Amino acid sequence: MDWTALWLSIKLGLFTLAILLPIGLLIGRWLAYGRFSGKGFVEAAFALPLVLPPTVVGYYLLVSVGGATPIGQFWRSSFGHNLVFSFEGLVFASVIVNLPFAIQPMQRAFEAIAPEIREAAAVSGLSPWQVLLRIDLPLAWQGIVTGMVLTFAHTLGEFGVVLMIGGSIPGETKTVAIAIYDRVQAFDTHSAGIMAAALLVMSLAALGLTYRLSSNVGRRHG
Amino acid sequence: MVDETLAVSLKQTTPIPLDVEFSCYAGDVLALVGPSGSGKSTILRTIAGLYRPAEGRVTVKGSPWLDTARKIDVPPHRRRAGLVFQNYALFPHMTALGNVAAALGHLPREARTARSGELLNLVHLTGLEGRRPAELSGGQQQRVAVARALARDPDVLLLDEPFSAVDRVTRQKLYTELRELSRAFPIPIMFVTHDFDEAARIANRMCLLDRGTILQTGTPRDVLARPASVKAARLVDLKNLFEARVVDTDSARTLLDWNGRRVEAMRTDARQCGTMIAWAIPGSQVLLSRTDLNEADTTPNRFAGTIRDLVQLSESLSVTVILEGADAPVLAMTLPAHYARRTGLGVGSTVTIALMPDGIHIMDRDADPEGGRENGP
Repeated sequence: MDWTALWLSIKLGLFTLAILLPIGLLIGRWLAYGRFSGKGFVEAAFALPLVLPPTVVGYYLLVSVGGATPIGQFWRSSFGHNLVFSFEGLVFASVIVNLPFAIQPMQRAFEAIAPEIREAAAVSGLSPWQVLLRIDLPLAWQGIVTGMVLTFAHTLGEFGVVLMIGGSIPGETKTVAIAIYDRVQAFDTHSAGIMAAALLVMSLAALGLTYRLSSNVGRRHG
Repeated sequence: MVDETLAVSLKQTTPIPLDVEFSCYAGDVLALVGPSGSGKSTILRTIAGLYRPAEGRVTVKGSPWLDTARKIDVPPHRRRAGLVFQNYALFPHMTALGNVAAALGHLPREARTARSGELLNLVHLTGLEGRRPAELSGGQQQRVAVARALARDPDVLLLDEPFSAVDRVTRQKLYTELRELSRAFPIPIMFVTHDFDEAARIANRMCLLDRGTILQTGTPRDVLARPASVKAARLVDLKNLFEARVVDTDSARTLLDWNGRRVEAMRTDARQCGTMIAWAIPGSQVLLSRTDLNEADTTPNRFAGTIRDLVQLSESLSVTVILEGADAPVLAMTLPAHYARRTGLGVGSTVTIALMPDGIHIMDRDADPEGGRENGP
């Protein structure tokens, strides 16, 4: 069992979550309540990582933040190392790949709140911030938690993008999914099996929690 | 008393046509009545700040809430408007008490629970403070919504079809309670309905709306019995709408020629002899008897006819009568429920009807071609 790889995966999941939670809330709420032209296109763009092969996403990330690109050069001059093949680069890629997993459940949860409820809150004197804290978040929390759980579980299992952006540097970018691949390549099926089982159990627990929460949404205020 | 007034003036052509101007005074209960799509709810939403028309002005107690010309648009949470939504829109995750307390943000935190309790008591919900909306009946939810709307200490109370989702018995109770509220809270109260009876029971003033314009404003009694135009008469479903020619007027009466019949009406204005007019009479002003037309009787406007239809309602009898004559006009009227039993009336019975001269309401003929059509029931 490669504990370093497992810990790296968990760390990556937590960092991704921390960054995607506010982004998911912001964009999910914007897409749920916003009325603007081209909304379908924006939604499609955020959903792209769901359907594109991870290698395609990885390729575009590589050519947009690689060492020779303006972003890559800016990063290098600011932090002294490349963004790609580093833990930070992995977090960046993970955030992009997980956008739909965070945004979509949150957006659906916000959409499920009847517009009159939010209007009633405004007419009752609640400021837009109070509407967010006292109406939107309490009514949409299951969707928010679902988005977070899915993001975390998906980060643990991500392979293609991680390999392209991070390579397989132990302790830096070698996540548990890569470690399993490495072990299989080395015919160490015992280690691979233990790690695969650990991932399986964690993913199953995460998805189980998600399904339980989503079935509660309908029951609670029905 | 201009400062006590809610003054509204709105104008736009799309997407919802609006061209209205009205005021509502403190203590007034103003009903906005009209068919679906006439813009009633949009007007309420505009006052509350949930809708912004192309052009408009909403002033409350002299201060502007909306003035598109001066680019003033106070956001809804800063307007002191209490709004009761058609489906109540209670916060599903809060208790009845929590719903009311949520609208008490202007009070110190420690005073909110006590005030919420008082308001729930006012709407007769003491004992149900801890229940969530899903655990309350429709009528109870409506009361929570009213308590929440009053919690802000509003300058104006707006109710959007507040009685549409409750049963008849509850509705009757709520009518009384709303009248009591209007006495307890002397602020402008406006409510939207498409039910004329409901408007007449609660409101002291009523605006009749059609496609975003006000056809008539007045007391419900006036608007319903004395519509300003044929269009208004059709909207309020005034039965017995016909056309006639003015043949004579004197200081007290206007004489009409109704396809050869002589009809005497109380004189309301000076219309020239020979003018074609529209006239209507509410069913309550049509008398029906079994006496022969030729029997001596001094009652004016008596005509012979045959009963076409007779419907027994819970407390009354709805009767339609076809009068004799080539035009065979149909008159509708309501009679006490026991009348048919007592007199043995039935479909096909020959009767004499009398039109009360002071019940006849004369209007200008409708300009549009459809307006000339006689409107039988």
